[in-house]
Amino acid sequence: MRRGITPKIIMAVYLVVLMLPIYWLIKMSLQTNATIMSGLTLWPAHPTLEKYRDIFNDPTWIHAFGVSLAYVAINTVISVTVALPAAYAFNRYSFVGDKHLFFWLLTNLMAPTAVFAMPFFNLYYALGLFDTVWAVALAQCLFNVPLAVWILEGFVGGVPKEIDETAAIDGYSFPRFFIRLFLPLIANGIGVTAFFCFMFSWVEQLLATTLTSSNALPFVAVMTRSYSASGMDWSLLAAAGVLTMVPGAIFIWFVRNHIAKGFALGRV
Amino acid sequence: MNGKTWNNRAWFFVLPVLCFVLFSAVLPVMTVVNYSVQDTMGANSFFWNGDAWFRDLLDPNSDAGVRFSGALVRTFAFSITAVSLEVVLGIAIALCLPRKGWSVGASLIVIALPMLIPWNVVGTIWQIFSRSDIGLFGAALTGMGLNYNVTQEPVSAWVTIVVLDVWHWTPLVILLSYAGLQAIPDAYYQAARIDGASRWSVFKNVELPKLHKVLVIAILLRFMQSFMIYAEPVVVTGGGPGNATTFLSIDLVKIAIGEVDVGRGAAMSLIYYLIILTVCYVFYTIMTQLERRRDG
Repeated sequence: MRRGITPKIIMAVYLVVLMLPIYWLIKMSLQTNATIMSGLTLWPAHPTLEKYRDIFNDPTWIHAFGVSLAYVAINTVISVTVALPAAYAFNRYSFVGDKHLFFWLLTNLMAPTAVFAMPFFNLYYALGLFDTVWAVALAQCLFNVPLAVWILEGFVGGVPKEIDETAAIDGYSFPRFFIRLFLPLIANGIGVTAFFCFMFSWVEQLLATTLTSSNALPFVAVMTRSYSASGMDWSLLAAAGVLTMVPGAIFIWFVRNHIAKGFALGRV
Repeated sequence: MNGKTWNNRAWFFVLPVLCFVLFSAVLPVMTVVNYSVQDTMGANSFFWNGDAWFRDLLDPNSDAGVRFSGALVRTFAFSITAVSLEVVLGIAIALCLPRKGWSVGASLIVIALPMLIPWNVVGTIWQIFSRSDIGLFGAALTGMGLNYNVTQEPVSAWVTIVVLDVWHWTPLVILLSYAGLQAIPDAYYQAARIDGASRWSVFKNVELPKLHKVLVIAILLRFMQSFMIYAEPVVVTGGGPGNATTFLSIDLVKIAIGEVDVGRGAAMSLIYYLIILTVCYVFYTIMTQLERRRDG
């Protein structure tokens, strides 16, 4: 299709509007509180990296960042691993109760996390996992496992059934077929799913803060603490906020081709 | 979905997922059910309370009922407004995205960025951005002579939360719609061009039908999540001014954790859960029926 100049303009305007709040956060993180309060400027007056230096020199922040990355990684690995066979089963086979089971899995995406905070606290406390990265990683499976099944099911559907049949005729055992042939075929799908699991685990705050107290305090919780500690330290808050975007930005960079290609292969 | 093999051994494939979900969803839900039918005198002494919590919440004349239905109406109004804006804007932007070249990757990365920011940080961003002394958005609106003040004016608070959600989540609709558009073979467009179809009829007859499936996903996901919105309004408005932005989840946390009213909180969360479930089930069924009718 021939495309005029209008879409490009709309696109450019949208991207600018999208970036404005983020730019504003970055701008504030480069200012001191005194210059923030002294007046509104479009560019940071007297930019300084002071707040970033404060954060990097404080072991609490560093540790919290590591904790957040740890539970996100554990959660992503678990979710994708258990979801793979299930997604295959839902796409390729009919079995007793399959449709109901699938919808029931999705209902877990609808469960408000606020509802689960209290029971989870009791559960993980009883198991002795409270205040570890495992508690957060397992609790977040509540929504990430069903989400992974849902996304992967679409990608499995993008692989023609004939491939399964040909492999069986060629004498591949099922596990060998699944790992050697099938997984590489849906590699893009796995990338996209991992991206979504990463995303929802990284951005979630309620469970992550409820299930930790001191040893495994996630980054967002340390941020919440710095709220009340000494009034409003706007620029410290902004600097910490900017840092929370870094892992996400890096992750998208790695899967960017998978996302462009992968989305097209998925459930469309 | 057609031509599937009937094989009950597929249950073994689903088993790991089932174990996880039983552990992380069914157990807690049973705890909630347990709380919802009991009252407590404190110090772990619980007694049977039957359906009293539920009747109280659903009674339009009781204080709890008025509070609950107020929050419910606000949540629905918010979800419907935000999701409709996101879907329309999302499709429009997806149509404007370039199809080839380096700019695709670059645009997608920028577009996905807001989704990767922790939700309370999103709240912080907009809390700063909407202040009229240090935020660009707030300063611009006050500069235009509007009576804009998030902590004082219900309308301002409301608009800010909707704008925040649209900013935050339109990217999801864009990514999904873009994926749908990518899957349309070039031949369809060529055929449309030969027929001399207008831009609008290409959209209506070629693009929209192909977007059907991804849009169902997008709307379901967005409805569920916007109906549960919590961290962002808590940071930006704290549910105020008054209770203008006290949505169900905020009220729930206030009751269950703030006021330690566990029984009422549990009953409320079950009703809340059932509402989301019903809406999504109805929507999902209608959409799959429509699709089946079109395909068959």
